[in-house]
Amino acid sequence: MDNEDGRRRRGRGGASGGQANLWPVRSVGGVHGSPFPGPVLAPPPASRSLSRSGQAGSDTEALAQPPPPPPPRAQTSPGPVKVGTAPNRRLGSVRGVLVSSPPGRRARLSSPGTGRSSSEAREELRRRLLGLIEGNRVMIFSKSYCPHCTRVKELFSSLGVQCNILELDQVDDGANVQEMLSEITNQRTVPNIFVNKVHMGGCDRTFQAHQSGLLQKLLQEDSTYDYDLIVIGGGSGGLACAQEAAILGKKVMVLDFVVPSPQGTSWGLGGTCVNVGCVPKKLMHQAALLGQALNDSRKFGWEYGQQVKHNWETMTEAIQNHISSLNWGHRLSLREKSVDYVNSYGEFVEHHRIKATNRKGQETSYTAAKFVIATGERPRYLGIQGDKEYCITSDDLFSLPYCPGKTLVVGASYVALECAGVLTGLGLDVTVMVRSVLLRGFDQEMAERVGSYMEQHGVKFLRKFIPVMVQQLEKGSPGKLKVVAKSTEGPETIEGVYNTVLLAIGRDSCTRKMGLDKIGVKINKKTGKIPVNDVEQTNVPYVYAVGDILEGKLELTPVAIQAGKLLARRLFGGCLEKCDYINVPTTVFTPLEYGCCGLSEEKAIEVYKKENLEVYHTFFWPLEWTVAGRDNNTCYAKIICNKFDNYRVIGFHVLGPNAGEVTQGFAAAMKCGLTKQLLDDTIGIHPTCGEVFTTLEITKSSGLDITQKGC
Amino acid sequence: MEAGRQDYNLLVIGGGSGGLACAKEAAQLGMKVAVVDYVEPSPRGTRWGLGGTCVNVGCIPKKLIHQAALLGGMIRDAPHYGWDVAQPVLHDWRKMAEAVQNYVKSLNWGHRVQLQDRKVKYFNIKASFVNEHTICGVTKGGKETLLSAEHIVIATGGRPRYPTHIEGALEYGITSDDIFWLKESPGKTLVVGASYVALECAGFLTGLGLDTTVMMRSIPLRGFDQQMSSLVTAYMASQGTRFLKHCTPSRVQKLPDGQLQVTWEDLTSGKENMGTFSTVLWAIGRIPETRSLNLENAGINTNPNSQKILVDAQEATSVPHIYAIGDVAEGRPELTPTAIMAGKLLARRLYGQSLDVMDYSNVPTTVFTPLEYGCVGLSEEEAMARHGEEHVEVYHAYYKPLEFTVAERDASQCYIKMVCLRKPPQLVLGLHFLGPNAGEVTQGFALGIKCGASYEQVMRTVGIHPTCAEEVAKLRISKRSGLDPTVTGC
Repeated sequence: MDNEDGRRRRGRGGASGGQANLWPVRSVGGVHGSPFPGPVLAPPPASRSLSRSGQAGSDTEALAQPPPPPPPRAQTSPGPVKVGTAPNRRLGSVRGVLVSSPPGRRARLSSPGTGRSSSEAREELRRRLLGLIEGNRVMIFSKSYCPHCTRVKELFSSLGVQCNILELDQVDDGANVQEMLSEITNQRTVPNIFVNKVHMGGCDRTFQAHQSGLLQKLLQEDSTYDYDLIVIGGGSGGLACAQEAAILGKKVMVLDFVVPSPQGTSWGLGGTCVNVGCVPKKLMHQAALLGQALNDSRKFGWEYGQQVKHNWETMTEAIQNHISSLNWGHRLSLREKSVDYVNSYGEFVEHHRIKATNRKGQETSYTAAKFVIATGERPRYLGIQGDKEYCITSDDLFSLPYCPGKTLVVGASYVALECAGVLTGLGLDVTVMVRSVLLRGFDQEMAERVGSYMEQHGVKFLRKFIPVMVQQLEKGSPGKLKVVAKSTEGPETIEGVYNTVLLAIGRDSCTRKMGLDKIGVKINKKTGKIPVNDVEQTNVPYVYAVGDILEGKLELTPVAIQAGKLLARRLFGGCLEKCDYINVPTTVFTPLEYGCCGLSEEKAIEVYKKENLEVYHTFFWPLEWTVAGRDNNTCYAKIICNKFDNYRVIGFHVLGPNAGEVTQGFAAAMKCGLTKQLLDDTIGIHPTCGEVFTTLEITKSSGLDITQKGC
Repeated sequence: MEAGRQDYNLLVIGGGSGGLACAKEAAQLGMKVAVVDYVEPSPRGTRWGLGGTCVNVGCIPKKLIHQAALLGGMIRDAPHYGWDVAQPVLHDWRKMAEAVQNYVKSLNWGHRVQLQDRKVKYFNIKASFVNEHTICGVTKGGKETLLSAEHIVIATGGRPRYPTHIEGALEYGITSDDIFWLKESPGKTLVVGASYVALECAGFLTGLGLDTTVMMRSIPLRGFDQQMSSLVTAYMASQGTRFLKHCTPSRVQKLPDGQLQVTWEDLTSGKENMGTFSTVLWAIGRIPETRSLNLENAGINTNPNSQKILVDAQEATSVPHIYAIGDVAEGRPELTPTAIMAGKLLARRLYGQSLDVMDYSNVPTTVFTPLEYGCVGLSEEEAMARHGEEHVEVYHAYYKPLEFTVAERDASQCYIKMVCLRKPPQLVLGLHFLGPNAGEVTQGFALGIKCGASYEQVMRTVGIHPTCAEEVAKLRISKRSGLDPTVTGC
């Protein structure tokens, strides 16, 4: 936090002198002292030098000439001379244009002869540039070696004004940017300067404007909107985006409001992951693993009383305490970054305007130049008799004030299996009711192995049944519920009595009650998910979305965080990097953990055809399991290689202890083009589970036995 | 030297990880192979079966007892997570040792069976060279056998070194050769040395509840990154291991009650101190098993200082058809998986028409101290020395494992650093990870470094939440920036 705070102050205050104006886009060049310590933004050196040598000549030439005369279309050529008292907010109007997207303007952009994709790419670039121009008080398109650019930067620096700088010679598509700029402004040369969204022109015009006082006047003008950015939803993605934008000097608000679950559970800032997802889930998983460790420990010589009971209240209290500290940490972190946090429900009422309703029903309205929707999802209900009255979901489980007792888990999502695993590990009687397959979307061989381990360790599975009615037999903590379920294959119905019924049948996006229709943001009518382009932009250009509500993207905290951060950097930091949704690793924290990265075997076969793949696999027996007397031939490792791409690893799957810890590094290796040969050449770390991947010899196609014999 | 006249195509001296891997691979390739293995009892009389150091007195029992110690920590964590564990919690060394020893014995047996399955002839004899194609083997009973082979691989490994100049060291001290085979708890223990063996042993003894002291002359974990090493010892100290730094023992005496009285010199003050212990464990280094091989009879050259056998990139000794792999070979990392891979590759080069030589760079390893330390590639010092300080960027962070929060564990030493070249794309030179499951975390990243990963690529890897490993993909703070790398609450 210290560092980020430090960066923010450096960026915002403008008081730290010469460095102050250099901050965000400057870092594109990887200049030391950048606000991003990481080189994520640094372009590969090859392309940098290429663009430099390719353009240096023409630039010098262009700069030697006076700027081209304004073209006849007045709307697109606001000479700074004309700006005067009523500045022609050319780009302000462009913003309007983009919102309504008149076809005429778009049509003109795609020059004849260019294909559809290239016109899309150009449109994309235009959006990005307009985003930079709109999102920054001073935006300078520059080249790092151009002396005129340096003069302008020095001018703003001497005025103590922060400005964003994009060095065209240091980004991959600098030439395209220059092309697009000339289209937008009719000025091909650099520097190309915008102040409060008004096109200033080049170096000379900026200095003229400074002399006439026009520049100062423009700089003093207030932004039209209350905020540069309003983020709706204070979960992982929203908070990451808001904080990053604030670090980049933007005025940011976060709206977060937790609608209580039907059982009345609600929670603090931080979203699903912190409150009702990853964090409490992993902690309860740890509690269950400790139960297993207690069993093991006697084999390793530890001695203590035979009676070991688990106390649900102690566990949940400890976990909830930790969560409260995280909630508090998020509040603190927003405050430190000067992000306004409002605990209210946000709804769009008109373009750029949102209504925030707090718990007491008081309404306030705010405007912003840009919005990010990050409202996430909430558990789905069955829509049967008694479900909302008597059933709980993962929203309720982790803070349940009493031990749930005998539990029916409905669903076979990872949430369902993780919850069932935890409850069983704590010693409860647990049944999982599954409509069709386990862990849909995951590798099905792995999913079945996850399930069969759970089954061997006490979880009961009721396959091909769906509940049709839940009835309360007894009140209490927990009470008694009767569940009637019917077969998915025939007329058969069954009944069971449980203390608790936990629904984990899927999650629904929180997008339908936030006025998206008022501003025309499209959602998928069926799923409620929001379609976005590859820069997380919705069909309404100033509205973006990240996280679980995105259509066709992954519902994972680190993905939302990455997407949120990169979005803020693209919007306000001149960064071009997009969130990469490929080869994202994940881990299911079932009793035997399942980690994976890349494709499932099914998907790989679908994409590459079975005959083009080689699958290597083996069982393994963790050393710690031997003395503990735990199952051999249960932990399993599998990789899927593309034979025709140098046996590149396109799918990585591991079932075993610490699967998450094992998988992470391999995911990094897959980012770098991991092949089977490299796995073979790498030396194992002995004795670990991870080392099994360095000695995979048996292919699935060989049909050879992979069971481990003794040692 | 005609081929047909020898008893075997390949004779392997030493049935440890490297030797067995080489022998089995050669047999698989259709060769007639023999392995000779003989465990000279330790000065305390400890002996063991087939499989070498790793299986009997190294990695395997070490990690199992480390696990026993970790389980002790989990028992302490459990009440925080709602488990009611009745006090007192005690540890029974005998029970643990028996379970560990039984497992090791099952591995000994497994190795015997594997050799049989692959038709590798196994001799339990002590070998020495007669000439460059022949060895003489002596059984426990003194019976001699002559064996000859076209190719000979020396894989005799190493054994712990005793400080024989110290009075009482040999009579009263034990080493890692003995600790795993003790029937009774060692009690209050003095561990002398600061090698990874010393720290691992001291770590698990402390974890099992024993009063443990480490006496070290200079730095811990020589050859490892020194910042990481000092964090390793800092964590151990926080867990109750005592450290006597800059001290060197001068005398061990047995008291009438059986306790050992150790006298040592404090090198800082020059003063002499004394203390009593139940057990004194020497872990001051290892010496290669070359002295009884009569290497001179075959004309094999060794390094006169280290006693290790000099080898080339093909693992060949000064005698072209005699090879050396594993801990006995000069300049090789003393690690089981490297010995195994070197042995396999050697057999393939000899009999499988493969040309692949062993790549000894970027070998990952993990020290199983109470807080595990995993690393691959260069230490910060080494990177600076090779590339110059101005060309190296070090990214680092302290972090708090999620599981530590509820358990109220101290995470002051959970730390990660990535050593990179400074010039974009900032190639990763080394990764150092201190925390739970460091071995599991490090393995995959070792692959990444093998693939030539850059800092950017690692940062672009999406994390797996919530794990410790994801912290590696979130290293944003460079040492050069001077920013605070400590955890910020959440």
